[in-house]
Amino acid sequence: MSSEQSGEELRIGVFVCDCGSNIAGTVDTAELAEWSEDLPDVVFVGHNRYACSDPGQKEIREAIEEHNLNRVVVAACTPRQHEFTFRNCLSEAGLNRYLVEMANVREHCSWVHQREKEQATAKAKDLVASAVSRAHYLEPQEEPTMPVTRKVLVIGGGIAGIEASTDLADAGHEVVLVEKEPSIGGTMARLDKTYPTMDCSV
Amino acid sequence: MDVGRHPKIELLTYSEIEEVNGYVGNFEVKIRKKARYVDPDLCNACGDCFDECPVSVPDEFQMGLSSRKAIYMQYPQAVPGAYVLDMESCLGNNPIACGACAEVCEQEAIDYDDQDEIVTRKVGTVIAAIGLDVYDPTEMDEYGYTRFENVITSMEFERLISSGGPTGGHFMRPSDQERPKRIGFIQCVGSRNPKIGRPYCSNICCMNTVKDTLLLSDHYPDTENLVFYQDIRAFGKSFEDLFQRSKQKGTKYIRGLPGDIEEDPETNNLHVTVENTTAGKIERYELDMVVLSVGVVPSEELQRISSLFTLSKTADGFFMESHPKLRPVDAPTRGVYLAGFCEAPKDIKDSVCQAGAAASKAGALLNSGEITVEAITSVIDPDLCKRCGICASVCPYSAIMWSKGEVAKVIEAACAGCGNCGAACPFDAITMRHFTDAQIKAQIRSILSENAEDKVFVFACNWCSYAGGDTAGVARFQYPTTNRLVRTMCSARVSEEMVLEAFRCGAPVVLVSGCHFTDCHYINANRQTVKRMQKLWDKLEKAGVRPERLQLEWISAAEGQRFVETMNRMEELRQTVTPEEIEHSMQALKSKPKKKKKKKEPAKAEASSSE
Repeated sequence: MSSEQSGEELRIGVFVCDCGSNIAGTVDTAELAEWSEDLPDVVFVGHNRYACSDPGQKEIREAIEEHNLNRVVVAACTPRQHEFTFRNCLSEAGLNRYLVEMANVREHCSWVHQREKEQATAKAKDLVASAVSRAHYLEPQEEPTMPVTRKVLVIGGGIAGIEASTDLADAGHEVVLVEKEPSIGGTMARLDKTYPTMDCSV
Repeated sequence: MDVGRHPKIELLTYSEIEEVNGYVGNFEVKIRKKARYVDPDLCNACGDCFDECPVSVPDEFQMGLSSRKAIYMQYPQAVPGAYVLDMESCLGNNPIACGACAEVCEQEAIDYDDQDEIVTRKVGTVIAAIGLDVYDPTEMDEYGYTRFENVITSMEFERLISSGGPTGGHFMRPSDQERPKRIGFIQCVGSRNPKIGRPYCSNICCMNTVKDTLLLSDHYPDTENLVFYQDIRAFGKSFEDLFQRSKQKGTKYIRGLPGDIEEDPETNNLHVTVENTTAGKIERYELDMVVLSVGVVPSEELQRISSLFTLSKTADGFFMESHPKLRPVDAPTRGVYLAGFCEAPKDIKDSVCQAGAAASKAGALLNSGEITVEAITSVIDPDLCKRCGICASVCPYSAIMWSKGEVAKVIEAACAGCGNCGAACPFDAITMRHFTDAQIKAQIRSILSENAEDKVFVFACNWCSYAGGDTAGVARFQYPTTNRLVRTMCSARVSEEMVLEAFRCGAPVVLVSGCHFTDCHYINANRQTVKRMQKLWDKLEKAGVRPERLQLEWISAAEGQRFVETMNRMEELRQTVTPEEIEHSMQALKSKPKKKKKKKEPAKAEASSSE
């Protein structure tokens, strides 16, 4: 049940990250932060120099506690880089880790519209608004756990595959090493001497 | 080598990966063990069979510089130390014609009726270390590799100077078996050459040539070595030392790549013309032999392995890592790690380092015993399910159990969360956790609530298109500010309703973008995207909406440039859409008020009360 459906009061916190000058150099982050205050159910807006850094994470955790936030939007980099970081931050603050949403105002905005600051700021506002609107419908999720088969497949019996296989096997793991040629060795086995030591390859 | 003897390593040589199912922690892999026709457990490598075999074919291991028999071992120290029979050249499959090897084999290890065997292995993690291929310089005809006998590649050089090579290590030139006295090395053959589509540096060739010149001056102090180069890249630990030693021992380094090579038909000597860019002069050299320092190219196996594990490639054709600095050995598919050349050109030391890193990552995952999976799986509401089975039919993982007349059920462990079923369900009975219809529609409405006419609305899949946008960002490529992206795990998550909703909200242009077919991270879910789009184009046309306003593009994670080109094109398209058109589509695509349908099913008190 999302809060939208369950009727729980939504308390959304928005955190705008400067990423040094990576974002703030193009997007007017102060204006973005101020503007975000008026978005529906946003009860707190923070402005971080580096949201992913320890001080940034602390600011978010403290704001969650102080303002009793139950949804978090971080306007920063791509979720492909730091969603995990912010999920952990929420977990530490005692919130379900799926209650955070990121607005990618760096890779998809400040870095690619460096010469159009006003338009970039306008786009950043849209991205934050979109994330906030999505946050309304975020629901706590439990991550399923799966057992791991304790065996590794190594594809390729050249120097890299051999090294990886022996490292893993020496550490006690079961290894299946698959090589397409009749024997292992790969390209390296064809070399005579190898640099920088000038010794034999096989 | 320890690998063949290690009790924890099952070594499957002469084998190929056929099929992969499952996901991180629980892959099931089918492996084809090709018929060897010689039982490696019985074979004691005595070599009697080799002596008897009457067939002679070029030896691939020796780069074709010598011949091998149909029954052979790649090299004397080979692991496993057993012979293999190349059935394509063997005469023994007709025992009347031959059968000589089997007759002399005291171990009775040879079996002409041996068959390929498919074995299945369950594994938790995978390390891809599939290596490289060497560039074939045939297309660079100016160097005459196929025309002049004494033009060889650096790989052939390795075999010619190796004591395990076809000449026993006596270095000689192919035309007259004489020892060459003046040898020229040409660098960057197949590397740093955008004209032939090989713009990248192959990393190893500079130092390999430095090594070759040192070998020559050690073995034959009277040889004269010349190296034609554009830059010598001796950046690694102790590399500069070797480079200086090579120069001290007399190797001449000439800055400039030869334009062409001609052969003296009498002597088979080679005339090389080069612009010496340091001296600013055109120079000609007569050489006994030319070694083309060939670059490296992605393995021909790479595409196949890439498809099997849904990995991605960079523009150069090597495997793409999750992050170029921070996750250099993680493949985009969780639980798959990259090691060695297949990730990018690198030397032995770097391959060993990366293999160690990949092993450590894979081992850490195995040690954990269990993994958590993202909570993005599909959930079916049994009350809303109308038992049609469409979801089961589109699921690429067969993760939905359904039989006629039954409510469909998701097997959570098998569901990867692409959202294809959620987009396909005509009855809104499926919720994709964390990518719900309500969440995505809220984003659509929010983005298009103001000045919709100025915006290009984009649905981008997490793995490829959204990541392609990230790549464009990292590269600081600039493009119009008008696009607005909404991320879904797969383009197949995008339902007809979502696209229509965007048009209803006034979007001038809607782009749905996903992975290229072979790169789809959900096996082939994006084929359903295509089907859905085709339906939508028809629908738009019928409603009098220009179908071009809905666009479909495949952009891979590596294709930042393609992402930019697409965004430029979308912006151009947006500018052609008139306010009248937008107004018309907003009206024409309005969802029709739901009729009777709801009343068809009686006793749905809970369902209606929750609305």
